[in-house]
Amino acid sequence: MSNKLTNILVPVISVILGLLVGAIVMLVSGYDPVQGYIALWEGIFGDMFTIGGTIRQITPYILAGLAVAFAFRTGLFNIGVEGQLIMGWLAAAYVGYAFELPAIIHLPLAILAAALAGALWAFIPGLLKAKLQVHEVIVTIMMNYIALHVANAVIQSISDSGEKTPMIHESASLRSTFLDTLTDYSRMHYGIVIALIMVVIMWFILEKTKRGFELKAVGFNQNASEYAGMNVKSNIILAMVISGAFAGLAGAMEALGTFGNITVQAGFTGIGFDGIAVALLGANAPFGVLLGAILFGALKFGSLNMPNVGIPVEIVSIIIALVIFFVASGYIIRVLLERLSKKKEAK
Amino acid sequence: MSFLEVLYFLVPTAIFYAAPLILTAIGGVFSERSGVVNIGLEGLMVIGAFVGIVFNLTYVDTFGSWTPWIALLVAGLAAGIFSILHAVAAISFRADQTVSGVAINLLGLAVALFSVKMLYDKGQTDMIKVRFPRFNIPYLEDIPLIGPMLFKDVYGTSILAIAVAILAWVIIYKTPFGLRLRAVGEHPTAADTMGINVTKMRYIAVIISGVLGGIGGAIYSQTISGDFGHGTINGQGFMALAAMIFGKWHPLGALGAAIFFGFAQSLSIAGNSIPYIQDIPAVYLHILPYVLTIFAVAGFIGKAHAPKAVGQPYIKGKR
Repeated sequence: MSNKLTNILVPVISVILGLLVGAIVMLVSGYDPVQGYIALWEGIFGDMFTIGGTIRQITPYILAGLAVAFAFRTGLFNIGVEGQLIMGWLAAAYVGYAFELPAIIHLPLAILAAALAGALWAFIPGLLKAKLQVHEVIVTIMMNYIALHVANAVIQSISDSGEKTPMIHESASLRSTFLDTLTDYSRMHYGIVIALIMVVIMWFILEKTKRGFELKAVGFNQNASEYAGMNVKSNIILAMVISGAFAGLAGAMEALGTFGNITVQAGFTGIGFDGIAVALLGANAPFGVLLGAILFGALKFGSLNMPNVGIPVEIVSIIIALVIFFVASGYIIRVLLERLSKKKEAK
Repeated sequence: MSFLEVLYFLVPTAIFYAAPLILTAIGGVFSERSGVVNIGLEGLMVIGAFVGIVFNLTYVDTFGSWTPWIALLVAGLAAGIFSILHAVAAISFRADQTVSGVAINLLGLAVALFSVKMLYDKGQTDMIKVRFPRFNIPYLEDIPLIGPMLFKDVYGTSILAIAVAILAWVIIYKTPFGLRLRAVGEHPTAADTMGINVTKMRYIAVIISGVLGGIGGAIYSQTISGDFGHGTINGQGFMALAAMIFGKWHPLGALGAAIFFGFAQSLSIAGNSIPYIQDIPAVYLHILPYVLTIFAVAGFIGKAHAPKAVGQPYIKGKR
């Protein structure tokens, strides 16, 4: 069996296995899986409202997935997407309400602020990794919690010990009356356009630029890259910064599109962690990430319809976690696939 | 409050908050010493916290005041079984251990919340009625200064946590089993050559981390929160991970780090009534453990070295 085919088969099999085990879990827990999956389908494609909601959910997933995938491609594991997203969310929400500018300047400024905030939050682990060889997984996890507490403190000080920041001005909003009427006020917004552009940009950086080649080379083999005359340290920092900028943009989607402000967070949004799942499923390729985000975003939003038939929404989180398990255990799926194809050849 | 009163309040509170962290961090020490990264500690704590509360609520009439203790055992067992998933993926299926840990975290929370809704038809359990009692340790409580600080009104869980830490130190550093465990984590090929079963050692280590993480979670839910919901375990597992690293992968180091983090937590909770501390914004105390951990791994507070083979699957015959 060709390598390319196995690469595509592993995620597909993982998703099927995930859905299958999900069905078994429902069956064992005394729920009707058929009814459950029908409710899930209806929750995704039922009407214009759910379609709009699904697209809205997919938007930050694409960007969070790109953030994780970009880091993976450059040999880094960015678990800090969650924290970078929160900082981006905060920055965009702040710029959105604190300034009064024409939309043509205001909206790009707010988006840029989010990207910068996310990039800055990722710069620290990048710097520590490049200069002191500190493992980025530990630092980014810690940065997540620092982001959560810092953002909450800033929100409270902005709002005089309140719970949320003021709403952003119309000029910084990604929402539109056209989309609202089209999708029955599903809160869908134009962020999806930005997300899709970013998919192309990531593909362009990695595949079509010299810098992208260097970033990938450093991810593959630091010694070889150094020997070839590349600056390993600055490439590591740049990779983290770009990854963080994607994560910050995911935060901008929440600030400028879905919510219009930021509220004190009791815990993480989960988008950053789901971004890991998205990136893995998409094999860290930009267009793979798009497909992964569509699948997980749709599952996540569609699951909101499942309590209507009495099934807890968490079943979808179980399925997503299982899919990650199966994709991560791709080695064993590959072994099984090889054995199967060998048997066929023997016949 | 006088300085002594402050200490009498802060020290027991610090250990009380540290107990779940200590146990979970020790679990992490076992796993990582054997060469398996375990960022799934959070998910293991969630399972422990959930099972502990459910057991406590269900069997409180049968076991009476012993309920929380038995709940600890059951929670440890449940999380131990749950951790086998991580072991299978990370050790046998050669999965990326960090990714598998992320999956454990997601799965643990999802399974627990799913079950809560299934069992109770709501997002959160009721409050438990029987918690861990406090007691005085005879004679020791009469020691001036230290007595009221450490031995008066103590929680059994605090003693358990410290005992487990010391026991872990003995096991890891003073027994053949511990030597093998460390060998497997530093140089699995050498260990294998000497006849140590690398796979078996790693399975045992991961399951121990599951049991301890589960007990840690059950202590948290039965002492601090009193019920189980989606926000019950919110970063405790990652804080335990931080304590493990800050303690340089050493059981007693992890114990010290966890108590220090507990201290920061009790300061942030009780800080408004303590002079000087009340002037510090709470956010600084909240982020202190995380900032310190970054300093620790960055080498500002002595260099922390992870076990050499941590994160790499062992493939027989591969050099």
